[in-house]
Amino acid sequence: MARWGMVIDLDRCTACQACVVACQVENNVPYVEESEFKRRRAISWMKIVSETEGSYPDLRTRFIPRPCMQCDNPPCTRVCPVHATYLNPEGIVAQVYARCIGCRFCVAGCPYTVKYFNWYAYHDRMPASLRRADNPDVSTRPKGVVEKCTFCHHRLLKAKDVAAAEDRSLRPGDYVPSCVESCPSQAMYFGDLSDPKSEVARLAESSRAFRLMEELGTKPKVIYLAERR
Amino acid sequence: MQRTNWRNEDDAVLLVPIFETGRRFYIVVTVLGLLVLWGVVSYAVQWHLGLGVTGMNYPVSWAFYIINFVFFIGISHAGTLISAILRLSQAEWRRPVTRIAEVITVLVLGIGGMNILIDLGRPDRLLNLFLYGRYQSPLLWDATSITAYLTASSVYLYIPMIPDIAILRDRVVGGWRKLLYQVLALGWVGTARQHRVLNVAIAMMAVLVVPVAVSVHTVVSFVFSMTVQPMWHSTIFGPYFVVGAIFSGTAMLLVIMAILRKAFHLKDYLQPIHFNYLGLIMLVMVLLWVYFTFAEYLTTYYGNEPDEMRVFSSKFSGKYAPVFWAMVLFNFVIPFPILALNRTRTITGTVIASISIIIGMWLERLVIIVPTLANPRLHQYAQGSYLPSIVEIGIMVGSCALFALFYVLFSKLFPIVSISEVREGRQETMRIIQDRARRYEPGLGRLPASE
Repeated sequence: MARWGMVIDLDRCTACQACVVACQVENNVPYVEESEFKRRRAISWMKIVSETEGSYPDLRTRFIPRPCMQCDNPPCTRVCPVHATYLNPEGIVAQVYARCIGCRFCVAGCPYTVKYFNWYAYHDRMPASLRRADNPDVSTRPKGVVEKCTFCHHRLLKAKDVAAAEDRSLRPGDYVPSCVESCPSQAMYFGDLSDPKSEVARLAESSRAFRLMEELGTKPKVIYLAERR
Repeated sequence: MQRTNWRNEDDAVLLVPIFETGRRFYIVVTVLGLLVLWGVVSYAVQWHLGLGVTGMNYPVSWAFYIINFVFFIGISHAGTLISAILRLSQAEWRRPVTRIAEVITVLVLGIGGMNILIDLGRPDRLLNLFLYGRYQSPLLWDATSITAYLTASSVYLYIPMIPDIAILRDRVVGGWRKLLYQVLALGWVGTARQHRVLNVAIAMMAVLVVPVAVSVHTVVSFVFSMTVQPMWHSTIFGPYFVVGAIFSGTAMLLVIMAILRKAFHLKDYLQPIHFNYLGLIMLVMVLLWVYFTFAEYLTTYYGNEPDEMRVFSSKFSGKYAPVFWAMVLFNFVIPFPILALNRTRTITGTVIASISIIIGMWLERLVIIVPTLANPRLHQYAQGSYLPSIVEIGIMVGSCALFALFYVLFSKLFPIVSISEVREGRQETMRIIQDRARRYEPGLGRLPASE
């Protein structure tokens, strides 16, 4: 069984936000109205976090693209009372929108704050012109449920279907999330961490590799490569 | 409603609110009903539009409703727990107090549970808790514990009430109330066997209710402490919440006792000594609360972990400092001297201290819940703040009014001070106290028994 993981090379990331936009479009992530945005309710599965160290003139700012960390030991799935968020066998933390009761325990429990709540039926409130651009492969979310990055799980399903139709097994590169695909500076890698020959597995062993808040023991499957100084 | 001539019997004053309905009753019920209606309309708006009508946002995803949930469940500790402890320790002065306390528990538990349902984004999917429920979520521990406590405390309220219901059944002639009392009295006539069974049942429930009550607020705290969030992930939270719960619960009990004393003319039943004793219990709780708070905050400060410190300083000197220091003021600075001094531990004094504590403990729940969510670990992009919306305020007012309304209606249907227990006390208290003294006081054993 594959264990899907992502590697993000911070040395290459230019913080251009292409991944943010690609994710928003690919996953039918709703655009909230301006008033809702000002109330801090914007939904953004992928987000660029800036982290500044030191003070002027000796300072460094690093940009960290932050999808869901797809933890192997997720604090969010543990607290879900109805199994609406769970770790699937291939290591993706899944969300079942149709089952979620909207208690937001997983939102409160996630140390990476990657979980977003639909305070209103944001998707239905978008103008029809925007809704026409919906990706038919991804279900839209009703009001009152939690959503987050799924590593573009629908792309995995599709890739498996194609592979099955062609009577072969999944090849590296068959399944890539939209953020990785769209990265112009090729800072993002995606693949099967359980396959030692894969690029992500090799990069994950790099001396530059680190994970966010490793000390919490969440075992994220998003691995960052620190900048070379 | 027809009734027999009850005015000449003992404790007639306890039957007055049941058999006589003044204009004041209708005014109170109307006002409370309107406030409840405000809450219902607020919820209808929220049901229709979604939780967006609240002030909650990203990352403050829990706020007023969860604060009220924890607060109300805390208040519920007043009743059954205090009444059970007083019964088990054979505190003879408990007799007029127990029912007043037990009713608080039953009503407020329901309202606390209701607040967590109000907080759900998809209340229409509530049944998923049964269809797909998984026990590793502390939310289900809550559901279990609260249901158990609600059941146990309802039974514990009802059983000692049976003789009183029989008194009412014998006084009322005809009408729906006669039927109600007839059914609820379970054929009580007061035989020796019935008394024996009743006393065994009460004693059993009193023992059973104590661990359940402790478990309730422990698992409520687990909702927070089982996460890894800064200043929530604390081993002290279980006992800290239980102490806070008994603290706020006792305060609520004292306020309601004072109101009933005035409204129902219960001066002979609720004496200054009751307020004095409960004030002493509350004094202990003030000190325990301060001790726990001190231990909790000093540990965080001394450990100086960056993520924890961000939450700490937002409480201590940052955005939430006014709320934090108001909590200290209302929970300690105001009530402590009042309760510590014999001269001020009067009815008025304890009531002032109690009101202060009720406000302070509500603020404490806010101080625990909101600053942690507003300062998550990835604070660079997810810093937040929160202000309640008019809908949340409406639902809070409605919740409080619903509690008051149910309390008023309960006191209209049943005696709020246990008639049978007070009568029993009149006959038994002296003997019980003398017997007890005889067992430990050297030389008293030779004295003749009273009567």
